[in-house]
Amino acid sequence: MKRQLPFLLVFIFGAFMTIQYYIPHESSEFVYTFLLDWTMIIGIFALALGIWSLYQVSVEKIKHKKENWVYSYVTLFGLFIMVVLGFTFKVGDSWGLYSVFVIALMAFLYCLINASIAKSKGLWFGLSGVALVVLLGIAYFDDSWGVAFMTSEGLRNTMFTNFADFVMTPILATMFALLAFFIASAAYRAFRARNVLASLLLVSAIIVMLRFNPYMPFGLPELIAELSNWLMNVPNLAAQRAIVIGIGLGIVATSLKVILGIERGYMGKG
Amino acid sequence: MKVKLLFAVILLLLLSSLSFAQDDSAEIDTSAVVEELVLPAPPGNLSGVDKPNDHGHSIDLSWELSPDDGGGLNTVLQYDIYHWVPNLMLELNLVRDSISVIQKIIRKTTNGIIEGSQADSMKKVFEKLSRSELFDVRNSLTEYVKKGNKGLAEACKSYPEGGAWLFLDKKPSGTSTFDHIGSKEFKSSGFVPDFANLYYRVDAVTADGAKASSNILGPIQSSGQWYNTFRTPVVFSVLLFTLLTVFFVQKARKGADLYVRPLGGIEAVDDAIGRATEMGRPILYVLGLGSAADIATIASFTILGRVAKKVAEYQTELLVPTYDPIVMTVAQEVVKSAYLDAGRPDAYKEDTVHFVTQSQFAYVAAVNGIMLRELPATNIYMGKFFAESLILAETGALAGSIQISGTDEIAQIPFFIVACDYTLIGEELYAASAYLGKEPVLLGSLKAQDYAKAAIIVLAVIGVILAQFDFGTEFVNLFEVVN
Amino acid sequence: MTEHKNIFDKMMTLDRRWVFLFLIIVCVATYVVDFEIPINTEPEVESIFNFLDSLPENDIVLIAIDYDPNNLAELHPMTYAVVEHLWRKKVKIIFTSLSQLGPAMADQAIRDISDSLKVDKTYNYNGVEHNFKGREIVNGVDYTFLGFKPYYALIILGMGQDFRLNFPSDYYGTPLDDLPMMQGVINYDQVACVVDLSGGNITDAWISYGQGRFNFPLMLGLTGVMVSQYYPFLGSGQVSGIMGGLLGAAQYEELADNPGRAKDGMRVQLYAHYVIILFIILGNIGYFMTRRNRLKGGN
Repeated sequence: MKRQLPFLLVFIFGAFMTIQYYIPHESSEFVYTFLLDWTMIIGIFALALGIWSLYQVSVEKIKHKKENWVYSYVTLFGLFIMVVLGFTFKVGDSWGLYSVFVIALMAFLYCLINASIAKSKGLWFGLSGVALVVLLGIAYFDDSWGVAFMTSEGLRNTMFTNFADFVMTPILATMFALLAFFIASAAYRAFRARNVLASLLLVSAIIVMLRFNPYMPFGLPELIAELSNWLMNVPNLAAQRAIVIGIGLGIVATSLKVILGIERGYMGKG
Repeated sequence: MKVKLLFAVILLLLLSSLSFAQDDSAEIDTSAVVEELVLPAPPGNLSGVDKPNDHGHSIDLSWELSPDDGGGLNTVLQYDIYHWVPNLMLELNLVRDSISVIQKIIRKTTNGIIEGSQADSMKKVFEKLSRSELFDVRNSLTEYVKKGNKGLAEACKSYPEGGAWLFLDKKPSGTSTFDHIGSKEFKSSGFVPDFANLYYRVDAVTADGAKASSNILGPIQSSGQWYNTFRTPVVFSVLLFTLLTVFFVQKARKGADLYVRPLGGIEAVDDAIGRATEMGRPILYVLGLGSAADIATIASFTILGRVAKKVAEYQTELLVPTYDPIVMTVAQEVVKSAYLDAGRPDAYKEDTVHFVTQSQFAYVAAVNGIMLRELPATNIYMGKFFAESLILAETGALAGSIQISGTDEIAQIPFFIVACDYTLIGEELYAASAYLGKEPVLLGSLKAQDYAKAAIIVLAVIGVILAQFDFGTEFVNLFEVVN
Repeated sequence: MTEHKNIFDKMMTLDRRWVFLFLIIVCVATYVVDFEIPINTEPEVESIFNFLDSLPENDIVLIAIDYDPNNLAELHPMTYAVVEHLWRKKVKIIFTSLSQLGPAMADQAIRDISDSLKVDKTYNYNGVEHNFKGREIVNGVDYTFLGFKPYYALIILGMGQDFRLNFPSDYYGTPLDDLPMMQGVINYDQVACVVDLSGGNITDAWISYGQGRFNFPLMLGLTGVMVSQYYPFLGSGQVSGIMGGLLGAAQYEELADNPGRAKDGMRVQLYAHYVIILFIILGNIGYFMTRRNRLKGGN
């Protein structure tokens, strides 16, 4: 029964989703959105599991002092402090004791992490308790900032936006920019005229790249532009379409196998 | 008790302002006032049908252009479309407006409320309430609207008494159709009840504001359909393909010999695991950025199961950093049962499969870090990949790992081919599970795919030939699917 | 081992870190040193420029800022070039943003371009000198920014009926009916054309749901990697013009005689391309020479 029930559920919902596509009626839409809502709800609960997994892996790293374990603190501090920053906002003209609050929060996290790995748990728990009292004390008595759970005010918190704009965005942009270097090195290794086909690839690559070259003798730019357009629109597009058709059929076939319970690899029954 | 009293007072206030609103609203028909102007010829023959293949709540209107459209002295500038609504609807709309004002106060935004407007005066009343009272009033008003909407169909029967013509939309001259797409949400002021008598009218309007009305269309009713005829070609192809699959699966069950060409990438997996064991280094398995609903990810789970089983047998370390928490949960289950199947449940560690982040490039940074610190002997990338594919694969190559990849994202395939030792292209990724299991039932579906592909090739050739004889469009229309 | 390697072996098996180093030196050098490179314009960009340039004062253009900070480098220059050109010509603009982080991009662009519009400027294109007086750009008069809404396909369809359906008020919270330029502007019918600047799937929706249904002239600004996918639409007439990547933006700047970020970036991009081509050639020379030597040795 424990093994059959999941397959039964997959069959019922899979079959419903297939049929639903052809039924525009309101009741079919209702069930559809209801199921989509549930997917979202399950996703949010799974996110909690994910964060727990990240926490465990990081704490484990700190515990065993694995290579670069200090960065695990950065991960955990980043994770929890950004959440708190996103929920708090300035009420008056100054931030009051907010910075003390953030430091107490970090201390609290630090003590809590150590409490879960150290041998003398009592000491760390005691320290984290002290930090918690300071935290709550500031939160209760300091009126210069507030907590917003249901409104978006916290997202306009300058500390939150500054971290997002001046730390996260540049880092992500840098990661993306690495692509340029990797494309250069990959192109250097890949485009070798090893045989006829590879030579064709090399020549077409150079034609497409030269299209952007402004220093070309008279008459050549039009020829290169036309050639590269042809390469893009005819051989390239034809091959892409063939792959897309294959993928489309593959998706239908695999979905069918999943719905009919033939393909069970995703449940660890491969 | 207090809240109920408050609710009653608010409702009374609202309803009493209804008459005021009717006089005040510019949207209510005022055609009677402009009698002295020279009238244009009215648009003729207004007709309408329930919008086909939809969820209801919509009517498609069409009319004949006014003879003064595009010529004559009183050139028609635009067409105003009106529909008749019972007083109940106007009343409910007021209540809806107040719900949206309350909603805004709860969310602490007052965007869109103009000073001195009706919404502004509502805001002034509601602002005095406490938070819990606001919630209660909102719920009671919502309940009121819900009940009121049930009576709409009944109220529509009273036409033409007890209602008013309400301005719906305007269309520029030269237009002779309008789709009145109403909302199905009873909370929305654009709500149109199904199976209720609806009435429409179209006015031709000139530059000086003179209006001439068409005939009145109605009663007409909207309703939802149970089958979308626009999607019939899809039904046929899905049925055909399902039949093909079932046929070949049955045939395979009876023992027919089905050949599958070898997939280099999959054959290499076993060698790669052996190599990792010899070197005493881990194996990195990346499931990509897809969700658990993506077919590429589902196919990847099957391959992961196979890899995990081998890893358990050889007692090598496996690392699976994940991008999506649901994918993580499923992958944990897959790896756990693989270890169980291999007879080594004790060797399974909880953090083999772990979550990293749901930010694309932060995930890349984390995985690249693992590659450079742990120096895995083998990196396997199977699933959905986007701009990060080359950054992952090049870093892996830099770390000296053997790399096997597979994705159905066309734009990323070239990157993988360049930087990896083996690449599964598109559908090969899906075929991998059938290939791994060598089970006849799984192979059957591959055969069905081949026949479907053959059919597509034949149809494409027919299309090319017909296009030479100018029948191309008719042929293409056979396969048209309207969304 | 290494002493046996001759120059050609080395050319063939160069450590990729040399490629990285060389590339970064070239990128930084071409960025720091200010010089101009010629830009050849192409018909697909020219058609966009000519169409927009032919619009009379007070016409309305819808510009969809459908990109996130990831694609900022390639698409932001297009926004700057197109918007400045239109505002100089006193054409009004409706901005929308159907990608999640797009509103921040649009907001930034609007602020920056409004500033640069304050000074007088002379442009010299199509062989004629165009003098523009500096002026203040006013929200609601020169432009309307509708903001972001999720489910782009539905929004594109909805705007075909009425902009107010999905955007009863603009990004700043003002109801559309209170904005002077939106008086009488109902849907795409009142818009001269749509320019979609996008780094993702939203373009498909603009083509099939927007242009396909409501038949307005659609012009695209895309990232370099996407361009090849959309050329077929140019042939079929569904799209009236395409700006591809930084090059497309640079071409627009060239046509409008308004050199800016794209032309600056093109310097870097062009020479980075040369570096890549150079390394490919080096690798191939190394490969051929090594093979020839090996064949000789074998004989």
